[in-house]
Amino acid sequence: MKVVITARGSSLDAEPSPVFGRCPVFLFVDPENQQLEALENPAIAASGGAGIQAAQLVVDRGARAVITGRLGPNAARVLEAAGIEIRRAAGRTAGEVLERFFAGELSPLDVAAGPPGGDNGRGGGRGGRRG
Amino acid sequence: MGAAGDAVDAAADPAPAPGGENGGLVVAVASGKGGTGKTMVAVSLALSAAGEANGPVHLLDCDVETPNAALFVRPELTRSREAGLLVPEVDTGRCSSCGRCAEVCAYNAIAVVGKQVLVFREICHGCGSCASNCPEKAITERLHVTGLLEAGAGAGLSFAQGRMKIGEAMAPPVIRELKSWMLSSAGPAAKVILDAPPGTACPLVQTVSEADYALLVTEPTPFGLHDLRLAVEVVRDLLRIPVGIVLNRERPGGSEAVQRFCEEESLPILLRIPFERGIAETYSRGVPLVEAAPEYRREFLGVVRRIEAELDR
Repeated sequence: MKVVITARGSSLDAEPSPVFGRCPVFLFVDPENQQLEALENPAIAASGGAGIQAAQLVVDRGARAVITGRLGPNAARVLEAAGIEIRRAAGRTAGEVLERFFAGELSPLDVAAGPPGGDNGRGGGRGGRRG
Repeated sequence: MGAAGDAVDAAADPAPAPGGENGGLVVAVASGKGGTGKTMVAVSLALSAAGEANGPVHLLDCDVETPNAALFVRPELTRSREAGLLVPEVDTGRCSSCGRCAEVCAYNAIAVVGKQVLVFREICHGCGSCASNCPEKAITERLHVTGLLEAGAGAGLSFAQGRMKIGEAMAPPVIRELKSWMLSSAGPAAKVILDAPPGTACPLVQTVSEADYALLVTEPTPFGLHDLRLAVEVVRDLLRIPVGIVLNRERPGGSEAVQRFCEEESLPILLRIPFERGIAETYSRGVPLVEAAPEYRREFLGVVRRIEAELDR
């Protein structure tokens, strides 16, 4: 079962990334064939819809579960349509997170409430819209 | 040909817009920092110009998120029109799940998951790329209404405003439609004042684009100056629109920094309005400045003359 962990580096020693849409790296792990694929996240530079772009990428690569710190309603809508499980990452390294996932220790992730229509990469601060 | 085709045709053959040799003029009143006095200036500028003009003067409230010019003009609004953008609708019977629409969308507003096509309406910019790139012709575009445009007359002005629906996030499509609706019927000799939204982001750019001149209203405070610099960068340097300054809420000895900036940048200060409680009081009662203090009419007319002279009209 292929799973993807949002990370800050390209190996299992890397720190997990707390965000989904704009995480630096996606670590795709397939325990059945021991394959690890590190993908730099193209959505990190998106001016808008980063969560959607990231989710589309994850869907296209056939991951069955996403393990991350938080993600918003737009990304969630795409992942849920694909029946992809979403779990809350816990651990100091991606490797630790993975172990806990397969041990069934990670809880499901609640979707973060974002502003309707996304925030166009401006994050939680509301100062951006008025220039 | 559906709605999308009509939109393309309209763009290819627009009615002549105000400007140039016909005596027309489009002046945008913008700022940078909010609350500096744009609406106060725009309303009084329009009222003063209307007294002397040969034809109607048009005031367009382009702050479609929070329009307030109508509070001063008290217009009778006799015409209205829905504004919005064309968003995709997918015929799942024709869709082959090729994913091309999601690939071409520059705004990530479409995702394809197996047989499902998920459209994110609030992020869609209505560009039509998905529909035109779909190999199965499975996408049609439908108007998603995001605002209401209203037009009429009041206080001797031709008036129009746009008002976004609560919950919608994108002002530019509504502003664009407001301008095209009004400017196409105004004719080439019309004098048009645009009350711009605050800030220096997309709504401002959409409003100020193609204006002949931009009046930037500022106040002598550090925040005012900070945002004025940004506004000058966007309007004068990026959009290449000539700029003049209105210095509002001026106090004796309190405007050194902004004065210095204007001198360094060769920005003409076309009008100074003092920081007076009385002015704020009449504004708060919805009374235009030139109505409460008619001596300002001459000053605002002077601004129009200077703009026309600078543009050589």
